[in-house]
Amino acid sequence: MSKSAVDVPPMGGFNFDLCRRNDMLAKKGVNPPSFRKTGTTIVGIVFQDGIILGADTRATEGPIVCDKNCEKIHYMAPNIYCCGAGTAADTEAVTDMVSSQLQLHRYHTGRESRVITALTLLKKHLFNYQGYVSAALVLGGVDCTGPHLHTIYPHGSTDTLPFATMGSGSLAAMAIFESKYREGLNRDEGIKLVCEAICSGVFNDLGSGSNVDVCVITKGHKEYLRNHMLPNPRTYISSRGYTFPKKTEVLITKITPLKDKEVVIEGGDAMEE
Amino acid sequence: MTKQQANWSPYDNNGGSCVAIAGADYCVIAADTRMSTGYSILTREYSKICKLAEKSVMASSGFQADVKALQKHLAARHLIYQHQHNKHMSCPAMAQLLSNTLYYKRFFPYYAFNVLGGLDSEGKGCVYTYDAVGSYERVGYSAQGSGSTLIMPFLDNQLKSPSPLLLPAQDAVTPLSELEAVDLIKTVFASATERDIYTGDKLEIVVLNADGIRREYMELRKD
Repeated sequence: MSKSAVDVPPMGGFNFDLCRRNDMLAKKGVNPPSFRKTGTTIVGIVFQDGIILGADTRATEGPIVCDKNCEKIHYMAPNIYCCGAGTAADTEAVTDMVSSQLQLHRYHTGRESRVITALTLLKKHLFNYQGYVSAALVLGGVDCTGPHLHTIYPHGSTDTLPFATMGSGSLAAMAIFESKYREGLNRDEGIKLVCEAICSGVFNDLGSGSNVDVCVITKGHKEYLRNHMLPNPRTYISSRGYTFPKKTEVLITKITPLKDKEVVIEGGDAMEE
Repeated sequence: MTKQQANWSPYDNNGGSCVAIAGADYCVIAADTRMSTGYSILTREYSKICKLAEKSVMASSGFQADVKALQKHLAARHLIYQHQHNKHMSCPAMAQLLSNTLYYKRFFPYYAFNVLGGLDSEGKGCVYTYDAVGSYERVGYSAQGSGSTLIMPFLDNQLKSPSPLLLPAQDAVTPLSELEAVDLIKTVFASATERDIYTGDKLEIVVLNADGIRREYMELRKD
């Protein structure tokens, strides 16, 4: 591609070499495969004793639900959890990567991980990839300096907030927070508010749905409430059930006998080496 | 110099699914009641089903503004027919009228995916399925709309309609009873709602038989 006399060692950052090829393919009508996005409503609040994170559980591939009960609250450290919206592979990969980096850092320093450490590692990575790693995260945790809640955007910018929402259902959830949030909520009030916000996303946003996951983090203690609320049971199950034929139906049977194999005996020369 | 793309589209997709099943002496037409745009819900209680004639009921998904215009057009044509012929239009006649109406706008189509159900002149159930520009076919059952790709394979498995190309011409209607067909519809919509984000809220079922028309509702998932 680039005419350089000396081979330049690969620098950090995204390698854009294949973009020209992708453009050429797109012009010829070969489209890139679609991603599995999480649609999503994710939220976080700071309450009296720490942080509460919430998420819905629907993963979509375009207009189809590909996972009705996926996990969007990812483990980062014993005292830090991260909700992820955007491309599912990206959120999984980036949170797993930073989680292991944090563990190595804990071994190195001998101390509990801090939320701003996770924040800086995530934002550095996302900025490096210029927004191509499509992960929008709500990071929350409690460390020695207190409770912290941050949002991280795919391009690498961050915000530090008392309450935050991300994903396609973020507006529906933020409407609830802006009306009902106040400082100094206790644990039950906080969980109720988070559930209300996620339910608002679940019912009003088509990209979010199914169940509500909640994670409560306080000083020295965390509680991961998987499927804390199940507001969407299946509406109709037929009592008579359905049967499916156990094998493929035989439509026609046609037997074509193969010709007899002719054996050719060669009296030829041996192969010359 | 790449071709200039339009920066405005006259169409929008309001989502939803429609199904119709024909029986020996009844016809079931069903559609969900959710109207959406993009990732938002416009309303949870919009009926996609319209009675065109005494024994013809049409369910349409797609762009509801075009659907509404199409329904008005067909209702007007039916009224004129009644004045001129002193009788209601039969279902096969209505089927052809719908096809011609759709093809009339071949080069600026009605963004409507229709399924017409009713009773033919012998009282047997009939279902006609359409594409956006009027290609139609009489079948034993059909599904259209955003959930159609999820629903059709299941109906094919359970109802197994014979090919219309076979000779002697085989009956397309299903041997199922009316209650079994309604049960099938409910199952099919509950399943489509699980996996299609544009289908849900409420299910409207219309049953046409010799006694008249009956309407039934069922709750679906609202997420």
